[in-house]
Amino acid sequence: MRSIKTVYAFMIYVLLYLPIGVLILYSFNASKFSTEWKGFTLMWYEKLSSNDGLIEAALHSLNIALFSSLLATVIGTLGAVALYRYRFLGKRFLESMVYILIVSPEIVMGISLLMLFSAVQMPMGFWTLLIAHITLCVPFVIVTVASRLANFDQSVIEAAKDLGAEEFTLFYKIVLPMIAPSVIAGFLLSFTLSLDDVIISFFVTGPGYEILPLKIYSMVRVGVKPEINALCTIMFVLTIFVVLLSQFLLKEKK
Amino acid sequence: MRLSRFARFSIALLFFWIVLFAFLPQIMVLIASLFSKGATSFIVFEPTVSNYTRLFDPIYLQIFVDSLVLAGVTTLLCLLIAFPFAAILARSPKAWRALLLVLVIIPFWTSSLVRTYALIALLKTKGLINAALLSLGLIEAPLELMYTQSAVFIGMVYTLLPFMILPLYAALEKIDPRLIEAASDLGAGFWSRLTRITIPLSLSGIIAGCMLVFLPALGMFYIPDLLGGAKNLIIGSFIRNQFLTFRDWPFGAAASMLLTFMMLMLVALYAYRERKAGA
Repeated sequence: MRSIKTVYAFMIYVLLYLPIGVLILYSFNASKFSTEWKGFTLMWYEKLSSNDGLIEAALHSLNIALFSSLLATVIGTLGAVALYRYRFLGKRFLESMVYILIVSPEIVMGISLLMLFSAVQMPMGFWTLLIAHITLCVPFVIVTVASRLANFDQSVIEAAKDLGAEEFTLFYKIVLPMIAPSVIAGFLLSFTLSLDDVIISFFVTGPGYEILPLKIYSMVRVGVKPEINALCTIMFVLTIFVVLLSQFLLKEKK
Repeated sequence: MRLSRFARFSIALLFFWIVLFAFLPQIMVLIASLFSKGATSFIVFEPTVSNYTRLFDPIYLQIFVDSLVLAGVTTLLCLLIAFPFAAILARSPKAWRALLLVLVIIPFWTSSLVRTYALIALLKTKGLINAALLSLGLIEAPLELMYTQSAVFIGMVYTLLPFMILPLYAALEKIDPRLIEAASDLGAGFWSRLTRITIPLSLSGIIAGCMLVFLPALGMFYIPDLLGGAKNLIIGSFIRNQFLTFRDWPFGAAASMLLTFMMLMLVALYAYRERKAGA
């Protein structure tokens, strides 16, 4: 029984990693049609380095991911503290909206933002993508931070209040340091959500500001190019690196 | 209690963002779904319910039924694959659990589009699966895997599996192993332990996982597009086409509202169960 379980779990892991492993392998394969192994090459990486369109799209994606996750982290962290600590009119409404936004299919948000931006005649591009990605990420930051807020000792806050701390000082000096790991986790989650998003971006993108997932989407539809393997490998290594680095930094802080 | 300036700022910021960019746009979709399509403009303000009645036209109804079947089967497959896996993780040695869980999540830090693209490399006629099966002599001619219903299922299950694993794991880990032992001591077999203890106690995780797989599966148009060769339309591709190809926004909006209603019903069901479980 024990060995069956180990084999089953192992098989699932193999299946989860198989596609990515194959992709990385093919990025070094000399054969253009990537069926059989024709020897090691860095040709696709060279070709990629001269593909300005792809590189530009990748930089745009990183840009959007960085700014949207930073802003979503600010709005989400303050929002989580507000929802957790204060009582106000509309609190139930905001809480329900947060949970609904998390489970709602992305396409629903995509077309609703398309309608909003068209109604106010906002040109599609950087700003519409930024707003859409922030809206996508804020609820995830809120639940990440809120779970941490629910776990900490309330008496510390009471003590600080008794000692005369203002609300902002209280937040900045006490609450924020205590919830810092979850704030960073929320930021990282937002970053990957933004970098990965296809569906919402599909509706609010414009010709002037192409981002990577949509660029890959249009490329894959017309034909498979081995440079994409190389690019995906670089992105995979990069994400693993960022995540490991953040884990390391978080451990150091403890 | 009077709120401080900081508190008012935090509340206002969140309120402003959610209302302006999530609530208001959704209301616009609702309103658009109740008006007609114009000859030159996207919407003319003539109230109608025809957008909703048209959804029940046999041609469109077929898309919705197909889409629900696709999402339903995907959810079921994810549940059947993920449940034993999550149960194994939840009962693995404590020191290993965090690592095992991170290993599940790592592949999903890469773009889902990139992973779908990687699946194409595996599934295509001259891809790895066919090459492996041919060289093992298991098949004589390459299988046609790409642009089939099976390819779409493989893609959907692969992309959505962690959304099933994580809530199941969270629910299963909370079950006290002593309950299972006690049942076992009292003579309960594997099936009766499963159906009378493990499943009822992890039901909220099962429902959460099913929601997190079923709802996105209805909208993920790029997976059937890339792996199924756009032969099967799902609600997501239908909505996209109405908005971007046919420019019939009110009709697309009505389909989107249908999706929203389905989601709200599932959320209500989940909330109801949670409340009952809590009480």
